[in-house]
Amino acid sequence: MSLPQTLLGLLEREPRHGYDLKREYDAHFGERRPVKSAQVYATLGRLLRDGEILVLGTERVDGPDRTSYALSAEGVTQLERWLAEPEPATPYLQSAVYVKVVLALRSGRPAEHILDAQRQAHLTLMRELTARKRGADLATTLACDFTLFHLEADLRWLEHTAARLDRLATELTGNGGGR
Amino acid sequence: MSEPLLVGDDLTLSFGPTNALAGASLAVASGEIVALLGPSGSGKSTLLHCLAGILRPDSGSVHYRGQRLDDRSDEARSQLRRSDFGFVFQFGSLVPELTAVENVALPLRLGGLRRRAAEARAVEWLDRLEVGAQAGQRPGAMSGGQQQRVALARALVTGPRVVFADEPTGALDSLTGELVMTHLVDSARQLGSAVVLVTHEARIAAYADREVVLRDGVLARPSGVPA
Repeated sequence: MSLPQTLLGLLEREPRHGYDLKREYDAHFGERRPVKSAQVYATLGRLLRDGEILVLGTERVDGPDRTSYALSAEGVTQLERWLAEPEPATPYLQSAVYVKVVLALRSGRPAEHILDAQRQAHLTLMRELTARKRGADLATTLACDFTLFHLEADLRWLEHTAARLDRLATELTGNGGGR
Repeated sequence: MSEPLLVGDDLTLSFGPTNALAGASLAVASGEIVALLGPSGSGKSTLLHCLAGILRPDSGSVHYRGQRLDDRSDEARSQLRRSDFGFVFQFGSLVPELTAVENVALPLRLGGLRRRAAEARAVEWLDRLEVGAQAGQRPGAMSGGQQQRVALARALVTGPRVVFADEPTGALDSLTGELVMTHLVDSARQLGSAVVLVTHEARIAAYADREVVLRDGVLARPSGVPA
């Protein structure tokens, strides 16, 4: 996930302190991987340098100084550009598993267990996500659904590949070995 | 696993030259929800039909509550299906000439319950599955999702020990399918019913406690088979 643009998006509604931004980021997007405070402050520094955010002021309330940041006009432009751009359609799972399958078949190792293990890992995560959706708010449900649909697409590729391992082994080794 | 409720052991069944089952084994515990996953033609529906006593395997055995099921007479298996099992299929589960409440009351009436008592329980189940407003409607006047929830109510109204669901969301969009699955799983948990769920969709299988994968009539990853 792009942290600079996400912070711009979180700042758009109203000015925020760095600590508030971290909390809001974690609440919406950081369930599995909370963002580190140092990352937030380093990113805010870069956004400030590039003129995409402004410092509104610094205050001290029962603790360290807190700097309040707001979006600049340039920041709004950058945010809108980012929102309008489609994300690269990255085949993130396929590449890793595909490499394992090809290398296994080329070396005469069985490849089916690679696909079976991956299927099991996917289904286990899908069960966890399905359980997490129960009683969850809509934002959490949709975040789980996003992952569930992607995992399901991966599984379809796994099945598609499992049904063609013999042919792939033949192509790769010339003798159909590996299973 | 403690004493399994339903056990299919080394089941084979051919339709002409086609081997639909080629030695499939599966054990299901009381209250357990098991998904049978696999591509078209892998034998998952055939396995469900054998476990439910609808089809007789060519070889192997099916035991239900410790008693052999597959060698009983047609009438005995039919009686068992009415008393202990519930069924939901992808299409055409409901009798088109009957209203929703009459459809749901049907298995209770076949079990000898009087009409008024049967329909009262049917209405309770229709309300529970949020299709109480459709009680007086015939299937043709209902949406696919409503029909499937009525079918689910009919499968559950007798408090079955096992619900057999064959692609219950196969004809539904994803949101409606999730609604049907949530009702199926919640109701089965409340009743303590086991569920044997056939699906080709991994997202639907993810509602189950575990899944088994069928390929070419055998389990790709045998699970829960007693030694």
